Amino acid sequence: MAAGFKRKEGREMVEMNTSSLPDLIFTILFFFMMVTTMREVTLKVKFTVPQGTELEKLEKKSAVSFIYVGPPTDQLRAQMGSGTRIQLNDRYAEPREVMDFVAAERQGMRNEADQIISIKADQGTQMGYITDIKEVLRKSWALRLNYSASRRN
Amino acid sequence: MLLIFFLVTTSMDTDMGLARRLPQPPDPDQEDAQVDIKSRNIMYVRLNAAGQLWVKDETFNDYVDISVLRQRAKDFVRNEQNYSKWPEKHVKNIDLLGRCFVTDKHVISVQTDRGTPYNAYFQVQNELVAAYSELRNEISKEKFHREYQYLSDDEKKAIREYYPQNISEAEPKKYGGTQ
Repeated sequence: MAAGFKRKEGREMVEMNTSSLPDLIFTILFFFMMVTTMREVTLKVKFTVPQGTELEKLEKKSAVSFIYVGPPTDQLRAQMGSGTRIQLNDRYAEPREVMDFVAAERQGMRNEADQIISIKADQGTQMGYITDIKEVLRKSWALRLNYSASRRN
Repeated sequence: MLLIFFLVTTSMDTDMGLARRLPQPPDPDQEDAQVDIKSRNIMYVRLNAAGQLWVKDETFNDYVDISVLRQRAKDFVRNEQNYSKWPEKHVKNIDLLGRCFVTDKHVISVQTDRGTPYNAYFQVQNELVAAYSELRNEISKEKFHREYQYLSDDEKKAIREYYPQNISEAEPKKYGGTQ
């Protein structure tokens, strides 16, 4: 046995075989392509969603439209102030504009009844804003609602 | 390069949330049909501008902590002893379950102020949904020996008929406090 160890000492360091490295990188790339979604809008409001326990996952991403509610981000606060704002797509909007937004989002959908509106609102938002949005959503027959939240352990 | 591009432009967050359904818009032709609900069937859950919770039914009328809301709602909806101050029970024939004593006329009315913090409202909704799902789990374990989420669609429908989610949301009022 001792002889066996001695013989190894004299060997030179072998370079690692890197020919499979591209495959590896591509595997990781494809993995990310599959599990992630493109960020569609640049957020102009800042929000921390509330935490809940009875959450459901949002299936069928194509049928979901997002409404963001919260104070403007730090960069925009100088111009826009720190009051609560509603963001639709890439800009700030008034509650009544939600109706047009819902109609526009509905255009491309295969089944209009499946439309889900996800409200991503900051914890500290006053309910008045949320109620205004809900009232407009109700009028525009977008009845499936989802209050975005994170899981509480 | 491509890998880094995707890492930067994509986000991993899986979107989750509390699913709710809004009532249909009021019909303009229809007269304001005030639906009369017996007062024993209603449980009021009110949130004021400071986010304080007030629960009122025939037996109880006071501020409570959010942690007891789930149990209160469960007791109210279940009304196990057929107590005369909690929702009335009546016999209903439900497929797969047969003749049941249900409280399907109960209503939980959630009222908020315009100044209520969204988080307080969300937690109330969360607790109410939790109360219903615990009730549904109980009955589905009793009748089908499985949890609600593992039931077939027909069985789920039967359970939903046994414990329908009647959460009504009135237009927010101002009970004092700020706008």
